[in-house]
Amino acid sequence: MSVDGRGYPDYIVILVLVCDYWIPFHAKMRNPTKPFPTTLSRMLAFLNAILTLNQLNQVVVIATGCNSCDYIYDSSKATNQSFGNGRMPTLCATLLQNLEEFMTRDEQLGKGEAEERIACSLLSGSLSMALCYIQRVFRSGSLHPQPRVPIDSCYIGAQNSAFLQQASYITSGVHHKPQQLDGLFQYLLTIFATDLHSRNFLQLPKPVGVDFRASCFCHKSTIDMSYICSVCLSIFCTRHKKCSTWGSVFAKGAADLKLMKDHGNGTDLRQG
Amino acid sequence: MKNGEGRRLNKGAAEDDDEEEEDDMDLEAWERSYAEDRSWEALQEDESGLLQPIDNSAIYHAQYRRRLHLLFRLLKAQILCAFIEFYELLIGLETISSEMDFKPSRMAVVAKHVEAFIREFFDQNPLSQIGLATIKDGVAHCLTDLGGSPESHIKALMGKLTCSGDSSLQNGLDLVHGFLDQIPSYGHREVLILYSALSTCDPGDIMETIQKCKKSKIRCSVIGLSAEMFICKHLCQETGGTYSVALDEFHFKELILDHAPPPPAIAEFAIANLIKMGFPQRAAEGSISICSCHKEAKVGVGYTCPRCKARVCELPTECRICGLQLVSSPHLARSYHHLFPIAPFDEVPPSRLNDAHGRSQSTCFGCQQSLVNPGNKPGLSVACPKCKKYFCLECDIYIHESLHNCPGCESFRHSKPVTASGKR
Repeated sequence: MSVDGRGYPDYIVILVLVCDYWIPFHAKMRNPTKPFPTTLSRMLAFLNAILTLNQLNQVVVIATGCNSCDYIYDSSKATNQSFGNGRMPTLCATLLQNLEEFMTRDEQLGKGEAEERIACSLLSGSLSMALCYIQRVFRSGSLHPQPRVPIDSCYIGAQNSAFLQQASYITSGVHHKPQQLDGLFQYLLTIFATDLHSRNFLQLPKPVGVDFRASCFCHKSTIDMSYICSVCLSIFCTRHKKCSTWGSVFAKGAADLKLMKDHGNGTDLRQG
Repeated sequence: MKNGEGRRLNKGAAEDDDEEEEDDMDLEAWERSYAEDRSWEALQEDESGLLQPIDNSAIYHAQYRRRLHLLFRLLKAQILCAFIEFYELLIGLETISSEMDFKPSRMAVVAKHVEAFIREFFDQNPLSQIGLATIKDGVAHCLTDLGGSPESHIKALMGKLTCSGDSSLQNGLDLVHGFLDQIPSYGHREVLILYSALSTCDPGDIMETIQKCKKSKIRCSVIGLSAEMFICKHLCQETGGTYSVALDEFHFKELILDHAPPPPAIAEFAIANLIKMGFPQRAAEGSISICSCHKEAKVGVGYTCPRCKARVCELPTECRICGLQLVSSPHLARSYHHLFPIAPFDEVPPSRLNDAHGRSQSTCFGCQQSLVNPGNKPGLSVACPKCKKYFCLECDIYIHESLHNCPGCESFRHSKPVTASGKR
């Protein structure tokens, strides 16, 4: 996500990269003879490019693992030492070292759990951490407004993520699903490296349509018409006698209809 | 300075206190800030006798934590919030409202803060509706009908609001009672009265009207702008609302914005019911259709009703063709943090920080700020009772006021709290 704020001019990018790519990566790393996934190397090139675009740009990377999330890299803390024989830039070396340590710790946390467990994302945790970091950056600025934080999302996967589409749309960010993963670096650099000032006059990819549908609480299926409990706002796909979340007992539909007819208002359709 | 001196010379033989009052008004704005704001009182001496500004952050944080504990106890006692409210805002436009004690005038200040309140209210209660009404010359008028779109209310508010005549609390209550009696049974009925007058001229017995409101389960709250009045206090006590009197402009803003979040719901006041709602898809850019709210052709940006496929411009709204209530899932998700509140964090005694080892305990888990002050003195920090991660004070406030998510609990699979079966 890129950040804007009155203390910071619009042409500076403070990028907090939340990587939710580690689950398949984790599996690949267990086999050390396989080469580094190319996606990771493209991402490193992208991060280096952001830092070279402007001296004041900052990059922070948060990794989302199978069992935990953690900070992997912070460019404001990085020291300027050369690593090894000087062939790898400091960013790559530090990031990869931290990543290895994170994955070892993550694996330790996962020991004892069933292997067949379906892995679901801990994205809410890493997003929360990212937002706390951004708040800290703005606290140290001269003014303390609520920063505008667009959430950009780049979806690398077979399906589609309705959640990421909604998140990017609501926060005025950019959501894109690259069609050809070979050209990932180009997608990242042309779409996601832009600062907020430039976005005013750049033609960035617009969403074809945003899926705002919800999932029902009983079957977790996506629905576009539902029944909502007036007490706790739980979503159901069919009429229930009792709410499963807080246990509120619902009034009978017909009796309520009569009650409203007596009052003579035109909202009978609401009971629909 | 020159102007002030000129005016002082012109006074001649005025009385001493009059002169002082007029002197105050003659002060330039920068002078007034020194006369009123005693900045030298915000200093204290440290151990070596040097002057230091008072560190207000610890005091502020302690006050904040007390408020938070109170709120959390309330939420945990299973007192749910009224998510679907029908809110009538009654503004008194009596002669006294044109007083200049709030700068630039009381009415301008009231209009500005009511606009902020309307925006904040719809932000926190997307499924609720507001209606505006005024009391002028002893008669109550409806300014806008109950509706879910903030723009129409704000437009009516920004029109010319002139003040005249006396106030009549009974007429105002009768009018809002008429409106709120017609709403569906699952909605909570709320009235907020902004009252400047020090009296009320009523055609009948106001106690009867108050009892009528109480019987109809209408919860009335009052924000007074002049002084406390018994009748307002009685009204609020009878109907279960809150009564407060604003001391100045900033206090008024605080009081009115306190009414924006969903209040505790009194269970008997509204019947639990299932409301049919639709979740529209957002149309693709470049699609052309006739929108049902403005009755004209529009390109792109819009939502399609899932039942009758009519196009609407914004959410939440009610479809004009088939009457289906249309919302988006983020609107509902906004209210879930009231149902699953985060526990207040516990204070960490500074001694414990010194014993801690490992990176995660010497830096805030949320923002990675160091929790140890320069010189290796441990600073103030708090810890989540569930995941035991340490956070700095600013993250504590941010997490509880805006984020509503503990990063520690959300980041670890094993400490993930068990939520209700379908938390989004």
